[in-house]
Amino acid sequence: MSYVAHDASTLVPPAEVGEVELYHPKTFVGKYIWSQDAKIIAIQYAVTAIGIGLVALVLSWLMRLQLGYPDTFSFIDPSNYLQFVSMHGMIMVIYLLTALFLGGFGNYLIPLMVGARDMVFPYVNMVSYWVYLFAVVLLVASFFVPGGPTGAGWTLYPPQAILAGTPGATWGIILMLVSLAFFIIGFTMGGLNYVVTVLQARTRGMTLMRMPLTVWGIFTATILALLAFPALFVSAIMMLFDLLLGTSFFMPAIVSMGQQVEHAGGSPVLFQHLFWFFGHPEVYIVALPAFGIVSDLISVHARKNIFGYRMMVWAIVIIGALSFIVWAHHMYVSGMNPYFGFFFATTTLIIAIPTALKVYNWVLTLWRGNIQFTVPMLFAIGFVFTFINGGLTGLFLGNPTVSVPLSDTMFVVAHFHMVMAIAPILVVFGAIYHWYPKITGRMLDDTMGKFHFWITFVGSYAIYYPMHYLGMMGVPRRYYAIGGTDFITESAHSVNVAITIASLIVGAVQVVFLYNLVWSYFRGKPSGGNPWNATTLEWQTPDTPPTHGNFGPTLPLVYRWAYDYSVPGAKQDFIPQNVPPEKP
Amino acid sequence: MSIFQQLMARPWEATGAALENLRHPDVAHRAAKQLALRVFLAVVAVLFFLLLTAYGTRMAYEDWRPAPQLGLLWANTFVLMLSSVALQWARHSVRRGQMDAMRVGLLAAGAFTAVFLFGQLLAWRQLGTMVYFDVANPAVAFFYLITGLHGLHLLGGLVAWGRTVARVWGNFDATRVRQSVELCTLYWHFLLVVWLVLFGLLFTGNNLDLLLKLCGIR
Repeated sequence: MSYVAHDASTLVPPAEVGEVELYHPKTFVGKYIWSQDAKIIAIQYAVTAIGIGLVALVLSWLMRLQLGYPDTFSFIDPSNYLQFVSMHGMIMVIYLLTALFLGGFGNYLIPLMVGARDMVFPYVNMVSYWVYLFAVVLLVASFFVPGGPTGAGWTLYPPQAILAGTPGATWGIILMLVSLAFFIIGFTMGGLNYVVTVLQARTRGMTLMRMPLTVWGIFTATILALLAFPALFVSAIMMLFDLLLGTSFFMPAIVSMGQQVEHAGGSPVLFQHLFWFFGHPEVYIVALPAFGIVSDLISVHARKNIFGYRMMVWAIVIIGALSFIVWAHHMYVSGMNPYFGFFFATTTLIIAIPTALKVYNWVLTLWRGNIQFTVPMLFAIGFVFTFINGGLTGLFLGNPTVSVPLSDTMFVVAHFHMVMAIAPILVVFGAIYHWYPKITGRMLDDTMGKFHFWITFVGSYAIYYPMHYLGMMGVPRRYYAIGGTDFITESAHSVNVAITIASLIVGAVQVVFLYNLVWSYFRGKPSGGNPWNATTLEWQTPDTPPTHGNFGPTLPLVYRWAYDYSVPGAKQDFIPQNVPPEKP
Repeated sequence: MSIFQQLMARPWEATGAALENLRHPDVAHRAAKQLALRVFLAVVAVLFFLLLTAYGTRMAYEDWRPAPQLGLLWANTFVLMLSSVALQWARHSVRRGQMDAMRVGLLAAGAFTAVFLFGQLLAWRQLGTMVYFDVANPAVAFFYLITGLHGLHLLGGLVAWGRTVARVWGNFDATRVRQSVELCTLYWHFLLVVWLVLFGLLFTGNNLDLLLKLCGIR
């Protein structure tokens, strides 16, 4: 390090006593299976999430095959199709993205970035993962029970979710609801850890406003999740009661398949309110970590401090708070007082302000930066484009007058895939390319990375751009086959074929990514401790990959914020957070 | 420094470490436990608030039939209060170093809690044998759901209580026990408040309806 540390003790008094002993396992099983090390738990979370995510990817292929080539595949019947749709949505949103961002990146990055040895409660952290795994196992089990998994759509709206005639209306939905309940219990354990670690275990000098935006994003998203998941928990339990005990929380008096059901007086709209009270914050549970990570990627790879750091932090917090008062914009068609709709339309559009502010700040960070077109940077820029695209259609759908006619069309599908599927997954990829060297000590292959990026990026636009037009034409979502309808022209079918081909290609290219992960682990170029010349603490660890305890004998002291890039007069174009200021 | 002052900091200007996080690691770990419990209580509060809201929403329908009132719940409420008082006493004693009094307080609290839970079970049975009992009546279903969830939270508390009780015999670490007792007390008080709100608004007549009317919502 070219910076000579002068007498740092004037700035930071010595620690008063030694640190708390960490639990050090001796055996392989203790180290890698029943591990209490946040980094190992992070990898367990990530591998499980990506594994189940691949299942959901295959499900999306099957859906697209049916839509692109109706009447071709004998093994896809209408029930299967609905099951694919439902499980694809549920897995991607909750079991992949939520688990990967919070359980995966949260566990890996929070302790390292705030300068802690581990999470505050390592044992609870371990249990959190195993409960998550159990939830995933229950979810997978629902593919093998009589009737198959639930086909009620990822929103699981009653009454149809538990009425005979809906695929998986007995075992499938039971397993789904129980699995969700376990997921939430597991997440709450992990979430308590993330929040308390950020608030209590930061190293000396790491003030809240010196934390990297990644930590801010994950931290705020965790708080959202802790407060939003109870709504899903309650609705899952209540629906289980309706199904198993014959209560009528959500089930109205209804004639199903010619039979009067035994329920009476329940309110399906109540479920919708509870579900979306969870469901909308869920969008930001996925988006806020992505916002945070992308800010760091852009700053590091443009060699420039993030533009408007304070604004970025406040925007994250404000978006998080607003996300709790917009939920009913998902329910414009369920019938509501116009003033109610007006309120939710207004709050929804207000969210655009802090969000747009973030987008401007990313662009302004790039402005006249020393942009390195590394693979993480490509994914970060890809995210900004995609998020703008998805966000703009959000402005359409936030207005009841536009939203009602577009409800349940492919336009909605295109919108939410752009904004909360493609955009966050681009960040996931960018983050993996960025932090893989720290996790393994080797770089991911650049050529494969660029190939992966361009096909994924261009391919996802080939999938979702045309889908907007289908939606405006009136093609409904969740339909097994659109058949010969007057308002849907013949060209719509050609578009569907094109989308299907694009989706097959994009899905297949992910194999290159997986191959890259495995190949680089053994053959990748050794990366050294800080290949990107980044300032944040995780790159300053004495060992790469970091050992248990992260920082060697003494914890780092933090003297500056996370974005000292290209500081005028400095010898290098970055100054790590733990480098003391030079004597004037 | 308040959270707002912290959020107003200009990190790019100030270089040099702020003098914070300088506490003894044990103190830090204790603070972490306390914070974790408080965050968890916030989560639990949201859970019960949502149930309360759902109840209120359902009450607005014209076919609402109130659940029959159970006199037993008054007795149960009283017992739960006693358990909170006993824990408060244990907390008070452990702070003054009176360990015997603390043990008595702890054990009494556990016993009262067990009686409360048993009483709730009796209430379940009472309601189940009444002529009013109809599982399709949302008021009845909500009663079972809400009391059940509340009871489960108390059961979870009893696990923590059991671990504390197991630790207070023989030679023990007084500061650790003191914190355990304090955390238990906080948890019990919180669940008592939750119960008082639920009981007061939902299970003793139409008070929630009255409250909503008073606030002009209905």
